[in-house]
Amino acid sequence: MAATDADRYAALSVESADVRPQETAWQRVRRNLSVRIGGVVLVLLLAVAALAPWLGTVDPTMFDAGSRDLPPGAKGEMLTLDGEVIKHRFHFGSDSLGRDIYSRVIYGTRVSLFVGVVAALVSLLLGVFCGLTAGYLRWLDGILMRVMDGIMAIPAILIAIALVAMWRASLVTVIIAIAIPEIPRVARLVRSLVLTIREEPYVEAATSLGTPTWKIMLGHILPNTIAPLVVMGTFIAASAILIEAILSFLGVGLPPDIPTWGNIMAEGRIAFVQFPHNIFIPGIFLTITVLAVNILGDGLRDTLDPKMAKRI
Amino acid sequence: MYPFIARRLLATIPVLVIVAVLVFLLLRITPGDPAAILAGDAASTEQIEGIRKTLGLDQPLPVQFGIWALQMVQGDLGESYYYKVRVTQLIAQRIEATFSLALVTIVVAVLISVPLGVIAAWRFGGWFDRFLMGFSVFGFSVPVFIVGYLLVWLVSLKLGWLPVQGYKRIDAGLWPWIQHLVLPAITLSVIYIALIARVTRASVLEALGEDYIRTARAKGLPESKVLVKHALANAAVPIATVIGIGIALLIGGVVVTESVYAIPGLGRLTVDAVLARDFPTIQGLILFFSLIYVGVNLLVDLSYVVFDPRIRY
Repeated sequence: MAATDADRYAALSVESADVRPQETAWQRVRRNLSVRIGGVVLVLLLAVAALAPWLGTVDPTMFDAGSRDLPPGAKGEMLTLDGEVIKHRFHFGSDSLGRDIYSRVIYGTRVSLFVGVVAALVSLLLGVFCGLTAGYLRWLDGILMRVMDGIMAIPAILIAIALVAMWRASLVTVIIAIAIPEIPRVARLVRSLVLTIREEPYVEAATSLGTPTWKIMLGHILPNTIAPLVVMGTFIAASAILIEAILSFLGVGLPPDIPTWGNIMAEGRIAFVQFPHNIFIPGIFLTITVLAVNILGDGLRDTLDPKMAKRI
Repeated sequence: MYPFIARRLLATIPVLVIVAVLVFLLLRITPGDPAAILAGDAASTEQIEGIRKTLGLDQPLPVQFGIWALQMVQGDLGESYYYKVRVTQLIAQRIEATFSLALVTIVVAVLISVPLGVIAAWRFGGWFDRFLMGFSVFGFSVPVFIVGYLLVWLVSLKLGWLPVQGYKRIDAGLWPWIQHLVLPAITLSVIYIALIARVTRASVLEALGEDYIRTARAKGLPESKVLVKHALANAAVPIATVIGIGIALLIGGVVVTESVYAIPGLGRLTVDAVLARDFPTIQGLILFFSLIYVGVNLLVDLSYVVFDPRIRY
């Protein structure tokens, strides 16, 4: 009976335990330390976002005139909308309107993660569309890539600020405003991948068999762009979370009643000298989140797309 | 070399035209009447009609763009409806603060990040290398305003070493000028240092693997000379490139930093203009910043000729 391939590799790997030839990309990803660290932190944050109502929070928009500007850890009472008075411990203190900062920070996790993921998906979708079009329909390439160059010549935050100013801020407009400046980078990446992949023998083979262009694009070329796109999407998510917080912090982002980390910090600026924790606590959450996403992205890049490490 | 410079200059024209079209369209894709938006919330019907006439908003879109572009090319960015002065005048009033901040930041960032990157590459895989890579990821992740408030809280409020906020013009004396710029420049340089150090490390690392480094070491050159004259010199092109690209990050950071430190510069003006929905000013500032960005990167491209004599055009 012939030994299977796996048996042969197992025999080989006795000497060098680190070489695992039969390892799939997914297994390599899971073994990576950066992916593990970033992943664990993000899963925790996702859990916080999902379980926000059960983590000892109150309504993050509720304010109580009697409990304004409390220091972290203060015990107090809150008057709910039903006219009920509940005992509440302000773990992170309260802001100048008497809202519980702990509840606002916990609920803010939802907004940040949502904006990060959706903005990344939107820019990937539009970027892939532009990149595939430019890479495969040569007559559109010139004009499309010049427009991308133009967008890249305007600093990302300025585009986002201007678009939000034009449209008046809401969750949808903020996400689109953050996603648009990221499109050119995705489009460039996809275009360059398409230009390499379309020269591969298997694409030539498919063309010679008379496969329609759209089938080649979706069936042969798109699957080969997934690994680099996952990596890029992660980095876009990180910068989207940052830019959302910056917009809110500057007072041009999501409306102030939505509890976001940026909004809590914008509110905290007024009384920063007396109550620096109003800025620092959401700031720590924001930094940890963006750090986790970036570390995850580094790990994914090293395992899924080692060539990209050189490209940057 | 001159034909190359001319060609490179010509190549920036399409980019600038696209930028102008995008900035122009920004206002036209906004729901609502552009004349009413430009006039502001408190304008009368006659004022709105007046704006419609002067900007030719009753004309077809390409004609409108022509009128607008002609004004821009002549250096007329229109009038701010909020400040009631020319946008060019607003920019001229505030450019000194922003330019000072940007200049000090670039100098500080390059002086710190390049040596750090070289040392990390030299001691590749060692503790310093790992520390710098860790700092670099951190630098990309920590928001500019968190660094800013942390420094204000620690250095100005707790230790009382430096003024909390504000800006002093350079003609008020060199010392007050520096005092007010130290913290903003450190704040702004964190992300820039992270970026440049990372690229410096990667390119010096690549250069160190080349044969000429072995030759230089074999002929007994001191290590410092090998690193600076051979490795760093050959890594200069990517480093110059990333300094240019980083200007975009710097401009974004200026907007936030000036807000934190209450510096009356162009970044603050941008935020104030957005809050007041002062569209001529927003348009003018975006055009101005993009022009600076494209211009700096043009200079960087031209500098390749100096850094790498092999590049001939």
